[in-house]
Amino acid sequence: MAGIPHDHYEPSTGAEKWLHRRLPVVGILYDTIMIPTPKNLNWMWIWGIVLTFCLALQIITGIVLVMHYTPHVDMAFASVEHIMRDVNGGFMLRYLHANGASLFFVAVYAHIFRGLYYGSYKEPREITWIIGILIFVLMMGTGFMGYVLPWGQMSFWGATVITGLFGAIPFVGESLQTWLLGGPAVDNATLNRFFSLHYLLPFVIAGLVIVHIWAFHTTGNNNPTGVEVRRGSKAEAEKDTLPFWPYFVIKDLFALALVMVIFWAIVGFMPNYLGHPDNYIEANPLSTPAHIVPEWYFLPFYAILRAFTSEVWVVQIASFLTGGIIDAKFFGVLAMFGAIVVMALAPWLDTSSVRSGRYRPMFKWWFALLCVDFIVLMWLGAMPAEEPYASFSLIGAAYWFAYFLVILPLLGVIEKPDPRPATIEEDFAAHYGDADSKSAAPAE
Amino acid sequence: MFKKLAISSILALALAPAAALAAGGEAHVEDFDFSFEGPFGAYDQNQLQRGLQIYTEVCAACHGLRYVPIRTLADEGGPGIPEDQVRAYADQFMVLDEISNPQLFDTETEEYRALIPADHFPANNSQSAPDLSLMAKARAGFHGPYGLGINQFFKGIGGPEYIASLLVGYEEPPACAPEDFPGHYNTVFAAGGIPDSCRDEHGHSTIPGSWIGMAQPLYGEDVEFADGHSNELHHEAQDVAAFLMWTAEPKMMARKQAGFAGVLFLTVLTVLLYLTNKRIWAPHKGKRKHD
Amino acid sequence: MRQTIDETNQLPATERRDFLYYATASTGAIAAGAAVWPLINSMNPSADVTASGTVRVDLSGVEPGQRITVKWQGHPVFVWRRSEAAIQAARAVDLDQLPDPVDEAGENPNTSGEEPALDENRAAGEDGEWLVVIGVCTHLGCIPLGQDGSAVGEFGGWFCPCHGSHYDTSGRIRKGPAPRNLDIPPYDLGDDLQLVIGT
Repeated sequence: MAGIPHDHYEPSTGAEKWLHRRLPVVGILYDTIMIPTPKNLNWMWIWGIVLTFCLALQIITGIVLVMHYTPHVDMAFASVEHIMRDVNGGFMLRYLHANGASLFFVAVYAHIFRGLYYGSYKEPREITWIIGILIFVLMMGTGFMGYVLPWGQMSFWGATVITGLFGAIPFVGESLQTWLLGGPAVDNATLNRFFSLHYLLPFVIAGLVIVHIWAFHTTGNNNPTGVEVRRGSKAEAEKDTLPFWPYFVIKDLFALALVMVIFWAIVGFMPNYLGHPDNYIEANPLSTPAHIVPEWYFLPFYAILRAFTSEVWVVQIASFLTGGIIDAKFFGVLAMFGAIVVMALAPWLDTSSVRSGRYRPMFKWWFALLCVDFIVLMWLGAMPAEEPYASFSLIGAAYWFAYFLVILPLLGVIEKPDPRPATIEEDFAAHYGDADSKSAAPAE
Repeated sequence: MFKKLAISSILALALAPAAALAAGGEAHVEDFDFSFEGPFGAYDQNQLQRGLQIYTEVCAACHGLRYVPIRTLADEGGPGIPEDQVRAYADQFMVLDEISNPQLFDTETEEYRALIPADHFPANNSQSAPDLSLMAKARAGFHGPYGLGINQFFKGIGGPEYIASLLVGYEEPPACAPEDFPGHYNTVFAAGGIPDSCRDEHGHSTIPGSWIGMAQPLYGEDVEFADGHSNELHHEAQDVAAFLMWTAEPKMMARKQAGFAGVLFLTVLTVLLYLTNKRIWAPHKGKRKHD
Repeated sequence: MRQTIDETNQLPATERRDFLYYATASTGAIAAGAAVWPLINSMNPSADVTASGTVRVDLSGVEPGQRITVKWQGHPVFVWRRSEAAIQAARAVDLDQLPDPVDEAGENPNTSGEEPALDENRAAGEDGEWLVVIGVCTHLGCIPLGQDGSAVGEFGGWFCPCHGSHYDTSGRIRKGPAPRNLDIPPYDLGDDLQLVIGT
């Protein structure tokens, strides 16, 4: 697909031409930073920059923390306390890193749900979407392994429970789990490999982020109308777009600064609010905490995992049909990973010809329900596995799957969409007035 | 936090009746008023020093503080004890559990040496009592309601409140308990044993708290404070809890300072970026028709 | 970047606008700068490292002429109970024979400030029997030889094998590339012969 027509970098001086012939890095940066961007992007289009910031924050603080951390079961907990007490500003670095993970997930969930509402996953942005889901999965893996490193009680038992999921896989499960842990139980080998991967994966994520950006710079951004930028000519495209710099850079930076005020307040005044007190107790392989809870950002998927017990008829049928190979435990694991897989399949499950949820009167309600469902699942994941929470979890999990597997395919067929603006320019003018008459003369 | 708040606002209304099913018999943690609460709260140095005295004279018999360097007693953001006094304090400190502190063993003299300020407080596993370094962050005094974290948002996580409440929570065992039930009845300790005779037919406890291994450590008037401060039980409990908050979070003052400076600065930056953004977009935006 | 400037220049320029842009850019730059400093500072010595600076040694068992090495803050400290001959040799040297005739304040923290590098100022006590120096060559940080009594160099003190610096019996540089006399740690040595390094 041809990109949106716009001015490209033209090397003018001799040195610029010399470099451009050999390595067009300036040209690539110029095209990236000056990319024509739909001018009607709203405030839900700021999470990309927040996420980029989070990745940078986590990598930078992480690299410094590693200089003081010791990945050994006898010393990990003490080395974290060393960071908190002795390293210059170490307490701040660690709290930034720990809460940075939370900010990362707040932003990624906002980013994902924005995409789900405005149909950003739909043709031709499937690759962008799938890379995004891949990044999300890697983030979860990185976050999980990072939580193990302080070697507190929640670190240890979280690692035990989550790696136990792999043990549920039929036939190979147990040997797979042993391989993952490097032994029969979570121990020094586990800590060391998690440390290695926790350091590695962010750089893999950074690489995927570049591909993610590359992909949507090829297709062009989606926008709140879902109407594509006109690309017949440069003049036409300029009516729908503005260059990324300075318009969207400054807008995004403003949003980022605002987010940072709140983030900094949490780090400065309540840095342990999102953590769990049990993780300030050193890991003890002989004593499980009364109530194991994953970090808040895993809770919705954790609730789905726990929802499918052996009393649920779907599980019983699956077990009967497979001759017991798929038991309740394995079914839960499949459901948890399936909950992410169905998201990745959204581009093909959504049959609607209309991209943006703004013009889909029925979709809006189902989508709102999905948001509520997600938040309720998050709450249920933190509650003990008993009634009534178990039944609620099952309903919540069922809706999650129904949304993607039933509602999205059906809605496209039965829904009558609202009228849409013909162009982005029209939408922008409807919100902010006609720009052309103003921009001709100097403002003010 | 956003998510938790979002959850709370939605669920507080929608699901309130369902959550009322949560089990009763919850221990009550008193919301002590500590000087270090809130964004501007600071440690009270005198209180930390009193707490240190209580720890040294009472708690240290069984509990270690193995992550706390003795030198930090001189920290400005902590007890702020003069350095020569810290040195004297370290020198006099009795190491009760030498086996747990091999770093103090001098291979040349084949003796355990005295502590110096650069050492940590010794570990103490002699009575299998938990280390207290991080206790104030490893316990939560406040929960809920309904798993939503609202109480912790407003009152704090409640570690020091839990410690102080536990210390004043010893009571005569309730009538339902057999005479010889092991441990000591405490109305705040929730994780201990409860005799079957104190449970109803569903297995739910009918009494607050449970039985704890630790005998009542403070009765009031256990220590004499040089500054003549009250050594009544309630005060002692609060002082030692404040001290343990400091051992758990020794950099709290510096953290709040950084938090305050950062929030202030970022707010200025946010306002400037808002104005810049407005100005940059002005030529492209006409008068808003709606919204 | 050049294109970027063009872009902003297209906007109608007023002084107030310029001021706003400069204010925003500089505030942002300060924020970025303020974020960098803690990262750098976190790599400076941590509190436990700077605090573990006191070492106590009992010197009562050291024979005349014997040299011992004590580890202090990761460095060897040379302690030498000098013979009468070594003391005499050190005190016979004129200051103008020395490449480094002045000990700056930091090089000998036990004196009040800048002092001539006389043996009387560098050794401990009236009789100067004890010499305590940091055993790190001031050239490039190797550990000089001589503690076992051999390879003491041309001046009877120490000899650095890396680049051939010779130190005399007062730990002063006499020959070779080293720029300064061996540094002296802050220490305290009383009549009970209890040496406290790093008080």
